[in-house]
Amino acid sequence: MTSTPGSAARTDATMPRRPDGGAVGTPAGRIARFTPAERWVHRTTATLMSVCVLTAGCLYLPFLAELVGRRALMVTVHEWAGILLPVPLLLGLASRALRADLTRLNRYGPHDRRWLRAALRRHKGRRPAGKFNAGQKLYAAWIAGAVLVMLATGLLMWFPHLAPLLWRTGATFVHDWLALAVVVVVSGHVWKAYGEPEARRGMRTGAVDARWAEREHPLWEAPE
Amino acid sequence: MTQDPHPQPEPQPARDPDDHGDQRQGADGRGTPVGRRVVLGMLAAGAAGIAAAPLLQRAYDSTLGAAAQKDPTGLSGLLPAGGGFRYYSVTGSVPRKDERTYRLTVDGLVSRPATYRLADLRRLPQTRLVHDVQCVTGWRVPGTPFEGVRLGALLAAAGVHPQAGAVRFTCFDGSYTESLTLDQARRDDVLVALRMQDKPLGHDHGGPVRLYVAPMYFYKSAKWLSKITVTDRVEPGFWEERGYDVDAWVGRSNGRDDAPTT
Repeated sequence: MTSTPGSAARTDATMPRRPDGGAVGTPAGRIARFTPAERWVHRTTATLMSVCVLTAGCLYLPFLAELVGRRALMVTVHEWAGILLPVPLLLGLASRALRADLTRLNRYGPHDRRWLRAALRRHKGRRPAGKFNAGQKLYAAWIAGAVLVMLATGLLMWFPHLAPLLWRTGATFVHDWLALAVVVVVSGHVWKAYGEPEARRGMRTGAVDARWAEREHPLWEAPE
Repeated sequence: MTQDPHPQPEPQPARDPDDHGDQRQGADGRGTPVGRRVVLGMLAAGAAGIAAAPLLQRAYDSTLGAAAQKDPTGLSGLLPAGGGFRYYSVTGSVPRKDERTYRLTVDGLVSRPATYRLADLRRLPQTRLVHDVQCVTGWRVPGTPFEGVRLGALLAAAGVHPQAGAVRFTCFDGSYTESLTLDQARRDDVLVALRMQDKPLGHDHGGPVRLYVAPMYFYKSAKWLSKITVTDRVEPGFWEERGYDVDAWVGRSNGRDDAPTT
């Protein structure tokens, strides 16, 4: 049901086709992975997330708090960076490419289950993946949910008279512990990117090496 | 490769003649919407967490939280509400004051304005109180001794004018302010503290002299106290201008229900 690079004789127009490296504006041997809009969304989201994490550190970690102080300023920056965090993605929904990638991130095929099983057993062999592997998909969904929970609990803490008392104590509890989890998970995301220069190049320049794509994401299909 | 035994919730497109087997099954962008389920699951978990928080917090306090109070490594300070006192300052850096440089001024609507050095304060009668410390952000440190001069004694010595109604506190960090009504300031459990945990107050804890308002959230206990001004009415302090309650009784303000500290 998917074609390989060699089998281009496709007649069914509804069937997706593999990118062949010939996209407009992409150098030979490289294939387009992310549009400028997608990269802009990623970069602004990453910046806002970093600001959230750093200011949270200045509010929470004793050694940073002693170093930086300026508690009222840190609180204000943290609140605004937090409330703006989902905005780049919401604006990005205007991009067709980004919406298509959200669909790819959302939908899991049998190969994703196999990928996860192999990853959990630390199998070194081939783990075929689509444009995004199952780990990337899970990360995307988890962090999206986590940001929404952080946003909701953050608002309850920001506006204390918004909700009943019990909610607010609970919101503080969830915000604190989920923040710890977010730091761990985002660190994992950065660590994975650090170990995969071609993936980083894809996010930086928009294009990746065709052989890398064939090796890491053999099931990646571009819509016609 | 074996056929996947799990039923697919969505129909698979017809197989290609050049299909490479089930390894190629499940095209990119089709299949089960697991991503959406994970997002919704996170939202549900968040809501459940808010609901279960009182229970979870109690369980944490009685196990790990209690252990963190005695943690010699200090690593538990990285956990939420993990390790005793937390350092909060509203400025970038706070000057250090010592025996030689520290002065506490009492002025405003008083007959006898005064300036005290540390040695002067130590010569006055000292009161030692042991209560829990409760921060409005949630952390609580049990049974913490504070020792110092009763604020009421300093006010009495200064001779408060009859039209006075409140006291304003200024700090040598250059920014922080606090305030109490005169009635609150004259309570027996409000100190100008010189010692904490039976040691001289260190710089990070607001030393050499801080305010200690036992029955209120800890932001009322202004650190690095440098001036006590008697005023006619309450002027909201630093955090109070930023939305926190002026009458900050523990458990009865700021939308919180912590157990009272006194």
